[in-house]
Amino acid sequence: MDCVATGGNVKVLAKAIHSLSRIGEELYLEPVEDGLALRSVNSSRSAFACFLLSPLFFQRYQAPSDQSFRCKMPIKSVQAVFKSLASLDRSVEKCRIQLNSEKSRLTITLHCKHGLLKTHNLSYQDCESLQAVFDKGSCANVLQAQPRLMVDTVLHFPPSLEEVNLSVSSDRVWLRNHVEDDADSSRAMLTELCLSSEEFDHFAVGSQTSVTFCLKELRGLLVFAESSGLPVSMYFDEPGGPVILSVTDSVLEANFVLATLSEDSPDSEQPPDDFMSDNMDSFLIAMETSELPGLSHVPTSPPRPTNNNRKHSFSEEEEEEEEALAEGPPNKKFCSLFFGSVLPTPSQLPNQTMQSQEMLASDSEDENQTETS
Amino acid sequence: MPLSTQSQADIDQYILIASLDNARNLSNILKAISFRDHAIFNATQNGLKVTVEDSKCLQANAFIQVDIFQEYIIKEDAVGFQVNLTVLLDCLTIFGGSTVPGVCTALRMCYNGYGYPLTLFLEEGGVVTVCKINTQEPEEPIDFDFCSTNVTNKVILQSDSLKEAFSELDMTSEVLQITMSPSHPYFRLSTFGNSGNAHYDYPKDSDMMELFQCTKIQTNRYKMSLLKPSTKALALSCKVSVRTDSRGFLSLQYLVRNDDGQICFVEYYCCPDEVEEE
Repeated sequence: MDCVATGGNVKVLAKAIHSLSRIGEELYLEPVEDGLALRSVNSSRSAFACFLLSPLFFQRYQAPSDQSFRCKMPIKSVQAVFKSLASLDRSVEKCRIQLNSEKSRLTITLHCKHGLLKTHNLSYQDCESLQAVFDKGSCANVLQAQPRLMVDTVLHFPPSLEEVNLSVSSDRVWLRNHVEDDADSSRAMLTELCLSSEEFDHFAVGSQTSVTFCLKELRGLLVFAESSGLPVSMYFDEPGGPVILSVTDSVLEANFVLATLSEDSPDSEQPPDDFMSDNMDSFLIAMETSELPGLSHVPTSPPRPTNNNRKHSFSEEEEEEEEALAEGPPNKKFCSLFFGSVLPTPSQLPNQTMQSQEMLASDSEDENQTETS
Repeated sequence: MPLSTQSQADIDQYILIASLDNARNLSNILKAISFRDHAIFNATQNGLKVTVEDSKCLQANAFIQVDIFQEYIIKEDAVGFQVNLTVLLDCLTIFGGSTVPGVCTALRMCYNGYGYPLTLFLEEGGVVTVCKINTQEPEEPIDFDFCSTNVTNKVILQSDSLKEAFSELDMTSEVLQITMSPSHPYFRLSTFGNSGNAHYDYPKDSDMMELFQCTKIQTNRYKMSLLKPSTKALALSCKVSVRTDSRGFLSLQYLVRNDDGQICFVEYYCCPDEVEEE
């Protein structure tokens, strides 16, 4: 494997890696014909991100002859290679990524100004393919906005805020913080923002709905989108299904897939514990859903029609919700993402990344829930 | 100036008086070697030399020449004492770190001799502070026996490029390996950390390389924990000379320009962790 990125793309690569570090602790690297796939997943498997850098992103792109090369390494090690982010475009002229399979090292070489050469030989582990199953094409709701809009919106929420709720109607979008069931109601601060459909570049709401997901993991993508100036697209459906945030240009595609809180609690199988173990053969990971009744605090029926009524009914609802959520496990309220079969044949690999796939089903009884094959 | 209210009798008893209009010209350079609490002061006709040592493997020296001082009176050939450097730095910066242009702390440093405390008169904006710091018997600094005739390899680099490298060094590596060679890789800094190894190569024809004199290939390892303090001196400097001798001992010499553009030197000597010759 031999890839060379030059000029401003080195910084883009570094920023992609920094974005992925907001998701998980390991970087999964998979060079395929379609490009270099960089992926990460969080420990509770409720957030997944993938950057696919096409061969055109690179000055030279040579995938390994062994098509099934995949590896993972601690993301901090890779971040250390691109430490001084701010000065990267000033100092680095070229970045070369090569595979040294004899020594099990991934070599990243930075050719810098003044002839300085920085060589990092990183050890990696072989691993199975990491790919969440999602289908942007079949999502009922699609929004697209300039990154500035999203960054400004998110600014109103404290950095410590974990979960945020997004509700859409035919002409409006509401963003509000999700208050934990065990939060002290006298101390809780509720923030709500309303955006008109006109603020969005693209606004297609198939069905009025409301989804709750983790904001923290989203911030990584927003930082990347803002620096690249590319619009951010959001795809989502029902609560329980994933929300997909996507940034695309001609040479790269980034997808952040976040699980959402599900409305009800169907029975489901427990996922195996050692999902990430390298010994696993192909198998499906079923989702783990919340056991809490009445978890979704915003109904899928149309939200309050006017601003005046909203606050009033919102606070009423909060009280109801708090009673309902009195019990229940504090963790793992999110559905785990559905991950596909992990030993695809080499020819399937390119297809798996970007072609349409079965979308996540919130209900294990759903007939359509099958693995990608 | 209030300091001049000292009586002539007071002044006569001091064997060393050194004055600076800007105390930062002393405090900044001392910060570059302040990795341990105690410092050995040695004042001669040529100026002030301050030494800090660590575990008999590392020694740092700061040189503040006589022309840096606005007033420098020494009544003996050599005046030596040891003080707590942390306390001294706290006193020198007692008025806080004011960066208002034109406002600085004036210093008069006085020493009566053996057994007496080091007296500092500090003045800023009309306010005077007098500090007396206890002194101890000066220890004899280690003689690393590093002489220029024994130097096998020497390079002089502009500090900027090294600053970047040092700020990125993998701190999970216990050692910093320095390779100097007349052929490729010329000048290489290597680390061996948890995630793998890293090499920083400076070619001999780089425009950051001001001098390149390497006679034979040498690779030496130095404990990262020992060299880490030297990054403070590197941060202040504009040029650095890296020399190794036949035993693998390392000498780092930093050229530091103070606030007034005057030149001072800081040097670090370090023992190798193990001697490796290729």
